[in-house]
Order: sequence, then C-alpha cells, then structure tokens
Amino acid sequence: MGVSSGPLLGGDGFLTTKISAVANWGRKNSLWPMAFGTACCAIEMMGTFSSRFDIARFGAEAVRFSPRQADLMIVSGTITYKMASVCRRIYEQMPEPKWVIAMGSCTCGGGPFDSYAVVQGIDEFLPVDVYVGGCPPRPEALIDAVMKIQQKIDNEGPPIV
Amino acid sequence: MTSPADPVDQIREKISGYILSESTFREEITFTVKAESIVECCSLLKNTLGFTYLVDVTVVDYLTVKFPRYEVVYLLHRFGENYEENLKIRLKAALEQDNPAIDSVTSVWSGANWLEREAYDMFGITFRGHPDPRRILMPDDYDQFPLRKDFDVRDRESSKRCFERALDEGLE
Ligand code: SF4
Repeated sequence: MGVSSGPLLGGDGFLTTKISAVANWGRKNSLWPMAFGTACCAIEMMGTFSSRFDIARFGAEAVRFSPRQADLMIVSGTITYKMASVCRRIYEQMPEPKWVIAMGSCTCGGGPFDSYAVVQGIDEFLPVDVYVGGCPPRPEALIDAVMKIQQKIDNEGPPIV
Repeated sequence: MTSPADPVDQIREKISGYILSESTFREEITFTVKAESIVECCSLLKNTLGFTYLVDVTVVDYLTVKFPRYEVVYLLHRFGENYEENLKIRLKAALEQDNPAIDSVTSVWSGANWLEREAYDMFGITFRGHPDPRRILMPDDYDQFPLRKDFDVRDRESSKRCFERALDEGLE
C-alpha cells in the first residue's frame, strides 16, 4: 500500500492497494455483533452499545439479532446446558468469517455458578477468540475485546479473493 | 355485641378434620395436614374460607434430619376487605421417601399447574392428576432431581448428556 500526492500526479492524493486488503480493512471496521445476552452481563453489553460508551466508534454498533447478518458473536451471560445447544446452533447459522467474544466470568469459566446446570466455560462448545473476565466486565473491557478482534482480523490478513 | 371471632380460630375449626398439628412462628401459622386429603382441605379453604390465592407450592427435603423425608409446602393468601381478614397461612403435607406422591391441587387453583411442575422437576414429587406433568426448567430428558439433598450439585453429567442429545437432534 502506498500513498502519494506528488505534483506529477496532478496534486490529488491517491493510494494504491489491493481489493482484498480493502475488504479486510472493511470487515475489521464494520463488525456486526450478534448479541447473545442471557444474564446480567447483557446489561453491561447494552451499556457498551449505547451512547455513553458508544461502540459505534469502532464500527460495531449494528447489533443484529439475526445470526445470518452478523459476524461477531458476543456471548454475555450465564450459559446453561439447556441454552448451550441454542447458542451453538445460532453460531452455526452465522456466515463465515466469524468471531466469538466470551464476555464475563460466566462464559469464560462458569463464574460463580459451579452447578449442575451451568456450562463451565463456553469454550466447551464454541471456538472463543477473546475472553473478557469480570463480573460483569466494564464496558472498556468489552471495547478492548472488540479492538483485539480487530487486531486479530488485521493479523489474519486479507481474505483470498 | 360480641367481639368478632379470631379468623384463625374460624379456619382451625373448619379444617380441624384435616389438621395433624399446628405451629406458629412470628405470627406465621403453619398447619400440617393429612397428605391424602389435601385436595378436600384446599377446596374447603378456597371455596368456604376465601383463600383464593395460592402463592407458592414448594418442597422441603429433610433427608436424614426428619422422618418422613419430604414435606410439600403450600403458601396461601386470603384477600379480605378488612385488614384482619387478610391472612397468610401455610400448609404442610409430609411424604414418604419412596415414590413420593400427592394429589394435585390444580383442580382447586389452576395456578398450581406450573408450581407443581417445578416441584416435580426439582424434587421428583409426583402430583397425581396433574394435567401436564412435564418438567418445567430442566430438559425433558434430564434424569435427576437437582434440589434433593442427596444430589451432588456439581454433577454435570446428566446436563451434558441432555446437551449433546439436543445438539444431535438439532443438527439432523
Ligand atoms: S459474569 Fe457475573 S455479571 Fe456476568 S453474567 Fe455471570 S454473574 Fe452475571
């Protein structure tokens, strides 16, 4: 990628790049979250989405409750085994490429619920990209997780088109 | 003019045939009643004495502390025009350890439906004559009763089995 604004080219700036690199830049900056909120952490997630913390600054404000239009699953809240099959099914309905954030201690490892009904970490059935600890995590922590996902997309490199 | 009779006395008198024992703790009245005639007792309380609201049905598992092992607990409320007529009472019915079963009170209060389903789900008490005796919280094919005192609350094996089965069925 190169930027140029030399007089030889008429003075207007332009940049050379590859379509795939632009596509990657685009998907990095327009993550569409699928909000899978099941408990208290979901409230904190809503706070992160709304104006005060404003996740729109990172291009991830288009929350979709339809998995087919989303590429980032934010699992926030206690996941029981009864819910786990639903969660997994929704994940499978999301088109590739897709990423998963495990928000809160519950999704990371069961949290305070060491009990018969609660999954001890959603990585038992989902490939998690970023874990966010806390009960619940602060909005800043969730934003940090989104930025980590962005870095990860960057590092993965452009898709082969 | 005679002073109005104590409402609790009236209740006691009406259902005396069903009461096994009675206790009061901080003005909360508990009647232990005969389990086999719970429906008659409850319909009397509702239809004659005005206990129209069944607040909750729950169960206590005493395991080794007390015999018989289970007690089904009914919390009833009466809405009266006067303050004294507003009343809460608690009924208890004791059940044996093996195949604990009691008649359903859904014929008296239809609101008992889900309450009894939950009691079945968590404690494995069978409510005879219940119109819809399924589990309510745990998966249908779950095979434990998690609030029983001899259940290990960290035992996730049954939940995992149900999860895997749900997954297989969903992916067909
Ligand atoms: S981690 Fe804490 S705040 Fe989050 S869902 Fe679990 S209990 Fe609630």
